[in-house]
Amino acid sequence: MLYDISLSISYTYAAPSVQARNVLRVLPLNRPNEQRRLSGEVSFEPRPQERADWTDFFGNAITEIGFQQPLTRLTVHLKSRVERMARPPQLDLSPNRRRLAEELAAMPGLAPDSPHHYLAPSPRVSFDASITRFVGSILREGGTVLAAMCDVGRALHREMRFDAEATDVNTAPSDSFRNRHGVCQDFSHIMIAGLRAHGIPAGYVSGFLRTEPPRGQPRLEGADAMHAWVRVWCGAELGWVEYDPTNDLMVGADHVSVAVGRDYSDVAPLKGAVRSSGGQKSRHAVDMVPLAE
Amino acid sequence: MTVGVASEHDPVAALIRGYRVPPGVSDEMIGADGQPRPVWRPFLQRFARLSAEDIARRFNRGDRYLRDAGVFFRHYREEGSTERDWPLSHVPVLLAEAEWKQISAGLRQRADLLERVVADLYGPGDLVRRGMLPTELVAGNPAWLRPMVGINPPSGHFLNFVAFELGRNPDGSWFVLGDRTEAPSGAGFALENRVATMRAFSDPFPHGTIHRLSEFFREFREVLQGFDSQPESRAAILTAGIGTETYFEHAYIARFLGMMLLEGEDLVVEQGRTMVRTVAGNKPVSVLWRRMDAAFVDPLELNDKSQIGTPGLVNSIRSGHLSTVNALGTGVLQTRAFLAFLPRIARELLGQPLAIPNIATWWCGAPKERAYVQAQSHRMTIGNALAQDLPFEVEDRTIIAGRFPDGRFADISEQLAAQGGGLVGQEAVSLSTTPVYEHGQLVPRPVMLRVFAARTAQGWSVMPGGYARIGPSGDATALALRRGGSVADVWIVSDRAVPADRFSTVDRQFQRATPSLLPSRAADNLYWMGRYVERAEGLIRLVRSYHMRLAETGVPDDPRVARIASYLKRTGISLDQPVPGEILEQLRSAIRCAAKVRDRFSIDGWLALRSLEADIAGARVPMAGDEAARAMSFMLRGTAGFGGLVHDNMYRFVGWRFLSIGRALERAQAMAWMLADFAAPTAPEGSFDIAIEVGDSVMTHRRRYLIETNRNTVIDLLALDHRNPRSVRYQVSSVRRLVAELPGAEVNGELSELARAILRIETRLSVADPARLDTDRLNATARSLGRISDLLTRTYLT
Repeated sequence: MLYDISLSISYTYAAPSVQARNVLRVLPLNRPNEQRRLSGEVSFEPRPQERADWTDFFGNAITEIGFQQPLTRLTVHLKSRVERMARPPQLDLSPNRRRLAEELAAMPGLAPDSPHHYLAPSPRVSFDASITRFVGSILREGGTVLAAMCDVGRALHREMRFDAEATDVNTAPSDSFRNRHGVCQDFSHIMIAGLRAHGIPAGYVSGFLRTEPPRGQPRLEGADAMHAWVRVWCGAELGWVEYDPTNDLMVGADHVSVAVGRDYSDVAPLKGAVRSSGGQKSRHAVDMVPLAE
Repeated sequence: MTVGVASEHDPVAALIRGYRVPPGVSDEMIGADGQPRPVWRPFLQRFARLSAEDIARRFNRGDRYLRDAGVFFRHYREEGSTERDWPLSHVPVLLAEAEWKQISAGLRQRADLLERVVADLYGPGDLVRRGMLPTELVAGNPAWLRPMVGINPPSGHFLNFVAFELGRNPDGSWFVLGDRTEAPSGAGFALENRVATMRAFSDPFPHGTIHRLSEFFREFREVLQGFDSQPESRAAILTAGIGTETYFEHAYIARFLGMMLLEGEDLVVEQGRTMVRTVAGNKPVSVLWRRMDAAFVDPLELNDKSQIGTPGLVNSIRSGHLSTVNALGTGVLQTRAFLAFLPRIARELLGQPLAIPNIATWWCGAPKERAYVQAQSHRMTIGNALAQDLPFEVEDRTIIAGRFPDGRFADISEQLAAQGGGLVGQEAVSLSTTPVYEHGQLVPRPVMLRVFAARTAQGWSVMPGGYARIGPSGDATALALRRGGSVADVWIVSDRAVPADRFSTVDRQFQRATPSLLPSRAADNLYWMGRYVERAEGLIRLVRSYHMRLAETGVPDDPRVARIASYLKRTGISLDQPVPGEILEQLRSAIRCAAKVRDRFSIDGWLALRSLEADIAGARVPMAGDEAARAMSFMLRGTAGFGGLVHDNMYRFVGWRFLSIGRALERAQAMAWMLADFAAPTAPEGSFDIAIEVGDSVMTHRRRYLIETNRNTVIDLLALDHRNPRSVRYQVSSVRRLVAELPGAEVNGELSELARAILRIETRLSVADPARLDTDRLNATARSLGRISDLLTRTYLT
């Protein structure tokens, strides 16, 4: 499946910023046998004086920009064409949790894709007793890790109410879980916290999701936002498998991933340091249009 | 062990007769034979001859030095900081040079090992892959900073300045309690302890055989400055700011070494280069001696909640333009559980065992070790495996000999089963004791040494001395140190005279240092310090006039008394109290500014401000009128003292100019506002006299004008006279002259916007006619001076 993706993020500052420096993670990932970035371009308005592109520890593409003159507005544009390969249905070859621990112990190392990075609490995901208990009640004795992932994702989807207004980008997983509501970021953080607490490596994926339009109607432009879901390490044989708890489905050809990390703090699309006395307003617009199938 | 069998006439024997070393530990002063160690004897022979009064006088001398230098013990809590006297135990810890050589060699080996370990953790990762370090202790460790993986430090090394916490075993050997590799503090305090201790033990105590400390610092500064060959780039110290416990030390070292003290907001990254924002524009910095935790230095790539960092700093390091000392991420070496693995890593990497072992540690993530810790829990401290602090620093969940700190018994097997790899067991250790002078005698107290090492071209240089921490009671277990106590100097004593400091300037070529840069933030603080002190003084003068009139007339509704009261009220000052609280507020604002530029502001100036604050805060003035007026006069002597210091003693660095501009602008503006009011046509009779009095020009007026005050004489003397330091014009001229000396004031013969603006005001005042300088024009002058402040801020201070 081929997609044309466009994203624009604009910031308006109440008072002109003195200096602005931003780090962006918006370019779709290249992943063998899963997705290929055929083209990708990030541009800015106004044009930054400085720009540097590199990849971070986890292999995500980063663009860093800097402005020396005051800004009242900043707009980021992404245009990218991505080929997404559908993953064939898999047999559940994942181990149970005891066996998973043995597999983990047998593969020491700090390589970026190592599941060991995804076991401990991370900046935005600390362990929470009630999440741990909830997930513990879902897990089946002796069940496989893949089944655990699906069960927990499904249970969370049932338990939680999607509410775009109830939480914000800084809400802690313990809070959104207590109130049983939130957006994709909250669903994902809760699921990650619960799985890790039970020894299952789980990470955070940011990306784009194609929203199927109702039959016979034109697709709504800009109706989507950047999305997030969870990746789980299902043992040496299966490796990483992704699950979208917000929509209660296995991640497939409708998802295009942009960045992976331990939690939101590793993949935030735009981290910005703006020296400005006033507040700021932001607007996001995303388009993910399938080309001929 | 009881000591002292020598004769009654031996003063040393008498001195140590009651000194009882606790059983089962070693002592720094008393050897295994029960006699004073040889290295202590010359010291003890002199100490024993001092009378109690002598000792008190000497210790007092040391304490006075610390107070005058502003060394306090600061404790930061959520509700604010508290200060108490620096807890110096005056008796130093003495170590023989021969023993020190062994210790130094062991620490150099350890520093080399730590460098190898950290280079591997941020490079190939072999130690983890080969199972020498458990993966989870690194991958799950918040101190392991992923953005730094793969970045080779531009200086070639990760570690350049480290510290070790040392204790002595009962058998006399030394062991390491912990490694400090993030941003070790204490070296500056060690210097201060040295100065204070030397004041106490001046002649006849021998100094020539004690190794000096200053060379260690100066050598390290040369190393820092040698990192980058580009002549225009600089080395500076990066501090987390006034909110940190060790800020005083940062300022002290900056002053001692003549290095810039910077905070994150002083820096900005441009095209990959780290620049310091100074009053002369942005200037490159190539080396930062980092005294803040790595996670906070760059909110873009590290902790995104940091408010004290510099966005882009990591990328500046990545592009090779900036070195930090130590490299970002070296704090991972402080991880407590690493101590369990370093002995084996040493044998593996260095091919030799650790010369100085570290505290025995077992990581509970491995089944065998976990079982051992469980079996031996009665003589263990069980705590967080990833903790960064030292063994004696205890958290709520720490289990000491089977109990939590609150006394509850811990279910060890449950804890170990639940947390396993999150825990380490460490052997409960005891420390040696060292003498402390208490209630007229020497008593043994447990001691731990922090020792510092700096990398030089010749390898690691170990500071010949240290920072000793001493427990508050005779309890010699390491845990006793968490309950406070005292600190002491450490003397490394040679058999012979030690060589002179090779960095001493005595024999060196005379050389003037290049003038240092003034960061905009520092200039801003100096400018506002000047303004606040002047504002306080102006207020005191007005309030004094009020009280003097009140004393004279005895009636608060006298028109002149009411006039001052209403003027004060309009500027927000209430006269409910004889000494309005706003005076103290202004002064405290000045002190807050001064506190942020301690590295650039003289100790005398600081003390003058603090004692003025104490005078005002402590002033007990129950009665308005005469009594209050006299109290105000007393305070004015304090502000005059400060002014004198600034005027007569401070070197004319660029910073002094900003301080002086602040004072002059404030005074000029306040005078213009006051004249606009008190010399207005509506002002009641006597207002002119008040203006002259507030303007401190009563005598001058009498001599200069052979008539009573009238509006023209008052305006002439207080607004236009170029010889009266109280006049608007005099101060405006000072500002004009000071501005002319600021960077960029004149480029190719063309004046800057600021220089032109102040010249315009000065010119208008120079040609003004007193009769025509009415209230509107005075108000306009005051407002235009406000615009000068804005322009100055925009040009230099942001």
